[in-house]
Amino acid sequence: MIRSVRQGRRRFFDRNIAFLMILPAIIIVTALIVVPMVYSFYLSLTNLNLLHPSRARFIGFKNYLKLLEDPIFWRSLMNTVIFMGVAVNVEFLLGLILAQLIFKVTRGQSIVRTAIMAPMMFAPVLVGFQFKWFFNDQVGLVNNLIYFFTGEYRLIPWLINYPLNLLALLAAEIWMSTPFMVIILLAGLVSLPAEPFEAAAVDGASPWQQFRYITLPLIGPFTYIAMVIRSLDLGRAYDLVRIMTAGGPANRSEMIWTYTFRLAINDNKFGMGTAMSFVTVVLSFIFVIYLFQQLAKSRQEVY
Amino acid sequence: MSLSRTKRISARKKRFRQEFYNVIVYVIVLVFFLPVIWIILTSMRPEIEVNARPPIFLPQKLVFDSFIHLFGAGHAEKSVPFYDYLGNSLFASLVSTGIAITIGTLSGYSFARFRFRGAKATFIGMMLARSIPGIAVSLPLFILFARLGLLDKKTGLSLAYTAMNIPFTTWLMQGFFKDIPADLDEAAQIDGCSRWQSFTRIDLPLALPGLAASGIFAFLTSWNEFQIASVLTRTPASKTFPVGLYDFTQQFTVDWRGMCAMSVVMLVPAIVFVLLTQRQLVRGLTFGAFK
Repeated sequence: MIRSVRQGRRRFFDRNIAFLMILPAIIIVTALIVVPMVYSFYLSLTNLNLLHPSRARFIGFKNYLKLLEDPIFWRSLMNTVIFMGVAVNVEFLLGLILAQLIFKVTRGQSIVRTAIMAPMMFAPVLVGFQFKWFFNDQVGLVNNLIYFFTGEYRLIPWLINYPLNLLALLAAEIWMSTPFMVIILLAGLVSLPAEPFEAAAVDGASPWQQFRYITLPLIGPFTYIAMVIRSLDLGRAYDLVRIMTAGGPANRSEMIWTYTFRLAINDNKFGMGTAMSFVTVVLSFIFVIYLFQQLAKSRQEVY
Repeated sequence: MSLSRTKRISARKKRFRQEFYNVIVYVIVLVFFLPVIWIILTSMRPEIEVNARPPIFLPQKLVFDSFIHLFGAGHAEKSVPFYDYLGNSLFASLVSTGIAITIGTLSGYSFARFRFRGAKATFIGMMLARSIPGIAVSLPLFILFARLGLLDKKTGLSLAYTAMNIPFTTWLMQGFFKDIPADLDEAAQIDGCSRWQSFTRIDLPLALPGLAASGIFAFLTSWNEFQIASVLTRTPASKTFPVGLYDFTQQFTVDWRGMCAMSVVMLVPAIVFVLLTQRQLVRGLTFGAFK
């Protein structure tokens, strides 16, 4: 009798094990991500101000309409797109070159590989503070180096002038994330089969031709996954920008997430801030789904 | 005979060229590594050197004031509540990592081994949850936690980090489990194991490297996290290192040396973990991503 109960219990567990094993993950993700996001949508329909929480009322989609008319929203969106576009491509190109170079090193390759990973150990916050300091106009390393080589003091206001601060942000971002590209692409290069290269060498293909027609197509999936992960992370760019320029001066280097934070927390327009965060999350969902479709397509082409 | 000599010369030339190439790559990689050296040097410089102009590239002597100050030896008032931040950072990172890898391993196994209705939709949902930036979740969590009394608490922060880490550990673990042949499972079950037993006795031990990799990813993500912490924490009761770095900035001046010292402390666990698990790290990044 007892035995059959136990067996019954065991059968129930075995039959539903797939679901039971996922359940805890679903509960936590629902409670701490899905519910807050739904709540966030509700907040975005109110005029909640953190200074006067009791005065919050339901105002429908007014926040969203106001956002569409806000020039700073559009500017921060533009800045994010420019930042993403430049960073992903430069990181990829640099990463590809570095991976190729390191791949052909015959001595001390593992040391080189470890050294190149150093920036990956830095928190984005740390990178932000350090590069803020490197690009400081008074005591920064960059201006100091310029002085060292040219012999005259020129206080270039890296973080204060508008296009210059985007450049400084890009420098920090590229330094921080190129190693990630290198590591993934290097893993791709290591996994390549030797035969096509031998055959090509017999046929007299130049190194460039080998690279262009064998290496590049074969590491395609690695390229793709690296670029997908980087684009997703770049779309969330916040730490670096918040610390290095905080979106300033006068909102010129604002990105979507720094502006969201400013609206919600600094300017106390919590309803407006959540509206903006909601718009951005929807945009990034569309982007994610598009990227994953492309990923699936590129995978089919290779296998 | 002369032929073999030219051959030998060309072989030597080739080797020389390769060594030359190696050195050039070392130099390029060193340029990438320089900021790390600079930060470590700055943390040990005498104070006058830090803001010197013209710049002093190599420190004239090494001092450890900034570290002594940080760890608080002989200081009645410490400028930065270092031990509070250390405790908070460790608590939030370790607790969230522990829970996230336990739950993520279970769900990762399920996604890798079973086919069931809604599996694909659930999986995509998890991935979308991962693509939501911390700051977007932190805004509603700020209000919710304020009502639940979890604002500015280590537990609240750990909860948020756990939720943030679960989708990624699930993703990585299902990649690692898919690498293990399902035949092993089936063989164990023919021998009389239940599904749970075949999971704990066969798959789990084989997936240990993957488990280590996921754990380290989760730990480092929490250890370095800034967006959520900057909204949900206010005081030394729950502030972590990344938020605590702001303590070194005043309105017009920044204590760069102190900040570099704390940066070095923050880097230590990251460096140790990355060095210990380099191979799994790369495998996790690439293979986990493919499946």
